[in-house]
Order: sequence, then C-alpha cells, then structure tokens
Amino acid sequence: MKIKDEKYAMTFRIIAYTVTLFATVLCLFPFLLIISASFTPNEVIIREGFHLIPSKFSLEGYKMVFRFPETVLRAYWVTGVTTVVGTALGLFFITMAGYVLQRKDFKYRNYFSFFIYFTTLFGGGLVPWYILMTRYLNLMDTYTVLIFPGLMTPFLIILMKNFIRSAVPEEVFESAKIDGANDFKIYYRIVLQLSMPGIATVGLFLALAYWNDWFLSSLFINDQNMYQLQFYLYNIINSIQFISQMGAGTGISLGTDLPTESTKMAMAIIVTGPILFLYPFVQRYFVKGLTIGAVKG
Amino acid sequence: MTPRRGLLRELSANRIMFLMLLPVVVFFIINAYIPMVGIYYAFTKFDFNRSLFNSEFVGMENFKFLWNSGILAKLTVNTLGYNAAFILFGNVLAIFCAILLSEIRLKWFKKLTQSIMFLPYFISFVILSVVVYNLFNYDSGFLNTMLKAFHMNPVDVYNTPWVWVPLIIIFYLWKNLGYSMVIYLAAITGISEEYYEASKIDGANIFHRVWYITVPMLKNTFVVLLLFALGSIMKGQFDLFYQLIGNNGVLYNVTDILDTYVYRSLKVTFDIGLATSAGLYQSLFGFILVMTVNTIIRKINDEYALF
Repeated sequence: MKIKDEKYAMTFRIIAYTVTLFATVLCLFPFLLIISASFTPNEVIIREGFHLIPSKFSLEGYKMVFRFPETVLRAYWVTGVTTVVGTALGLFFITMAGYVLQRKDFKYRNYFSFFIYFTTLFGGGLVPWYILMTRYLNLMDTYTVLIFPGLMTPFLIILMKNFIRSAVPEEVFESAKIDGANDFKIYYRIVLQLSMPGIATVGLFLALAYWNDWFLSSLFINDQNMYQLQFYLYNIINSIQFISQMGAGTGISLGTDLPTESTKMAMAIIVTGPILFLYPFVQRYFVKGLTIGAVKG
Repeated sequence: MTPRRGLLRELSANRIMFLMLLPVVVFFIINAYIPMVGIYYAFTKFDFNRSLFNSEFVGMENFKFLWNSGILAKLTVNTLGYNAAFILFGNVLAIFCAILLSEIRLKWFKKLTQSIMFLPYFISFVILSVVVYNLFNYDSGFLNTMLKAFHMNPVDVYNTPWVWVPLIIIFYLWKNLGYSMVIYLAAITGISEEYYEASKIDGANIFHRVWYITVPMLKNTFVVLLLFALGSIMKGQFDLFYQLIGNNGVLYNVTDILDTYVYRSLKVTFDIGLATSAGLYQSLFGFILVMTVNTIIRKINDEYALF
C-alpha cells in the first residue's frame, strides 16, 4: 500500500514539474524572441528570419531609436506624467470612496454603491462618450483626456472598500470619533496608514493601466507630441507594415531611414523595459490583491 | 418627518463624508451617466454640423440596417462564442495549472514559475501584437523560419482567417492564465489540511485526493468567477482583437466582435449612427443577459447571486 502510494505521488510530481516547466517556457518564449531580435542586425532578420539566439550581435536597432531621441523621450514624458498624475489622483479618490462606502454609519452607502456598480451593467456605449469628450468638453489633444477616463473603475473601488474593511477594525472608527477626530482626519491619519498593502495593490493596477494604455491616445490624440509610448510603438509597427506593403506593391524602393525590424523590436523592449524591470518587485502586491477578497464585492 | 428632511439632515451631519465621495460621483456622472443621453444618436442620421437633438430622427433605421445586413447576427455570434471559449478554456486551464503548481514542493521553483506565468498579464496589447507579428509574419516570422529550415512551405497566417479562431483563444489564455491561476491557488491554499489527512488514512492516493477533494472545493471560486465573467460577456477584450487583427479586413468574418465593429465605425468609416446603434444593442443585450442569469441564480442558490 505504502509503496504504491509513493509511486502515484512520484508520477503526479513528474507530471506537475513537466507541465509547469512547459507552461513557463511558453510564457517566456515570446519575450526571449523579442529581446533576441532587438539585438540582431536588420539584414540578418530579413535574410534568416527571427531566431531565439541572434547569429550576429548588434546594437543597431537601439541606435536607430535613439538617433532622434526627442520623439521617444517625448513619448516617455507624456506616459510618465499621465501615469504618475493619474495614479496619484485616482488613488486619492478611490481610497476616500472606499473608506466612506464601508462606514457602517453612512446611511446612503448602498445607494452610492449601486450608483457605481450600475455603470458596469449598462452604459451608453463608446460613441456617445467619445462625442461628449471631443465635441462638448473639447478634450482633444489634452493631458486631461489621457488621465481622466482611467482614474477609477468600479472594480477598484470595490476592491479598496474590501481592503479597508478587512484592514481597519470597526472599533477604531468609534474610538477615534469619541476622541473628536472628524471623518477626514480618521481617513488620512488612520485608514491610510493601516491599508498600505491595499493602496499599493490598487495603485499598481492603476499605474499598469496608464502605462499600457494605447486606446485613449488612439481615440483622442492627433498631435504627435502628445503620443504615449504604447501608441507611438503601435504607429511605428503599423507604418512599417503599411510602407513595406506599399513598397512591395508599387515596386518603389523607399528610403533607408525607415524603422526596420530590429528597430521595432528595440522599441518594444524600450517601451516594456520599466515593467520588466519593476515586475519582480511589485508582482507580489498583485498576488496579494487578487487573494484578498478581490473576487466578490 | 419627510424623507427629504432626513436627507438634508444627513447631508449636513455627514457633509465631510459626502464631500469625500463627491469626486467619484462626479466621475461616474461625466464618464458614464451623461453619455447615456447620447443613446439618442442611435435613432438619428448623424450630422457633424448639428447638435444632438437637431439631428434628423430616423427611428429604427440604423438597427434595421444592422439587422438586415446580417452584421448584428454575425457580431453577436462571434462575441458570445469567443467569450464562452475564453471563460471555459481559461478556467479549466487555470484550475489544472493551479492544482499542479500547488503540489510542487520546491519553493523557489514554484515561485519562479508562477511569476513567469503571471508576466504576460503585465505587458501591453501593443507588445502582444509585436509578439504575434514576430511569430507569424510571412517573411521573417519564427514559424516560417522554422518551416523553411525543415524545407517546408511557409504559411501565410495573416491571410488565413480560420487559424485566428484558435490563435485568439490561445493568446487570450497566454495573457490571462497567470491572473486566474493566482486566484485558484489562493483558493487551494484555503482548503483545510484535515481533509487531505483524513483521505490519506482512508487510503486515497494523490489522484483521488485531487479529484475528490481539491476539484470540488474549487467549485465556489469557479462559480463566482463565471458570474463575474458573464457580466461582460458582450464586451471584453477589445484590445486583444484590435491589436491582433487591426484593420485586416480579410479576417473580419471570423474575428469581428461588437467592440471592434463599433470602434471602426467611429474611427474609420465615421458612421456615428450605426456605431451608436451597435453599441446600444451591445449594452442592452448584455444588461438583459446579466439580469436574466442573476434572477435564475437567485432562485437556485441565493449565495451566488451577483446582487
């Protein structure tokens, strides 16, 4: 009996390690392909295609990107500003709302919760929203339009509410009130201090969404100086595809200053760099956030 | 005392809390409630030079066009089909991987693999499109490079519509596996060790334990995730579809969903009336679907109801 048991356990473990390792390799593989391509000279990519290990090493792609550094740096700046400002503002609003909505003595909390939740059930759709932003609020090509729509989501508010509820015991509010602290003071003196892990999680969700956003730029930004990183990359990729298709179709050879395959890959690495770099340090907050009652509001 | 006086008193007594809630309320009024007025565009022939209520009223014309041309039916089937596949495969794969990972005893191995599987969730969809281009582009993609190395004919993935059905699902899984796996792993950690101990004494081997204890214990988590996903079954994954397919018309038949159609009508063909109609249809259909499902669930098991 005992021996048979161990045999089963052994089989299971072998399956577990094999499958997990396989899945991990599959998840990692595309990144390696991009990194490798970004260090391969363009003509090698054209001649031999993408490989996992570059047959010839070169920094040409990165040099091309930084030959005219203004545009990249500009895009970095716009993305940085929107990410920092949006995350800070969003966190401020979300934590306040989460705090108020979990206060048991706040009579209308359920109405407000429903007011927020309802927007996930029904909406006017993309077009009326787009027209409101562009024609009535005149937000085309502004920082406001890149920041405002991403400030909060119902999901993050509910998540924050649950975090605060589990982090701050009910009695704290009562005793603070008896000591004469007003509701805002309780919030910034006590609630903020006690719910730091939750704030980190929600903040990272916000920052990630801002950093990875290309949708708002594609809708609202015409001015090239206002392009965010992801949208800048998106344009590079698509203009290359467009131009190479044009070139193939018309037989006209286009200038050599075009972004090449290796430039494209270098650009992809530059855009994702900060995420890849910060990922090992921040991923545990995401795991924590998802683990603590993130599932049900 | 009238309820109105009650509200006023509440307002003055708790004015700080109301003020703290104000930004969120303003946000949702601007971002969600005011645009609902614009639903009216769905019933008009849009004119750039006129304001909303001065546009020519055409009644149900836009819907009729969408319906009669078969666009609406196709988009609905695609949207529902892909979402169903995402939910089904996504959960099954996540449960499978989470169970395997939870049985791994080597700490560093477990941590490392989990982190790497979670990584794709963090990259943008633009990067995902680079990944796909890298793998499948005709001239230099990894797939064709490999095929050529084995003296086989290269395949033109970007002009072969049917392969995109599995591809879109696979890349969805690739991007989201880590995320749902974390949730299931947490649920597995929450299962009391006593069950396993008891089953061991009863002579159950590890396969029995997984099948008769772990899997049933994950039912709760699965149902909650499923219901959450149902709420957005008509929306969802615009980024994924648009970044992978873009404006490649060859593939629309099998890859166009409501979101991409609305976006294109707005940004590419400038058909505001049609775009609003399709958006309204999407919103209403989703709303009715969630309400129905929620009512049914409430009848079966109150605990699982969303609201």
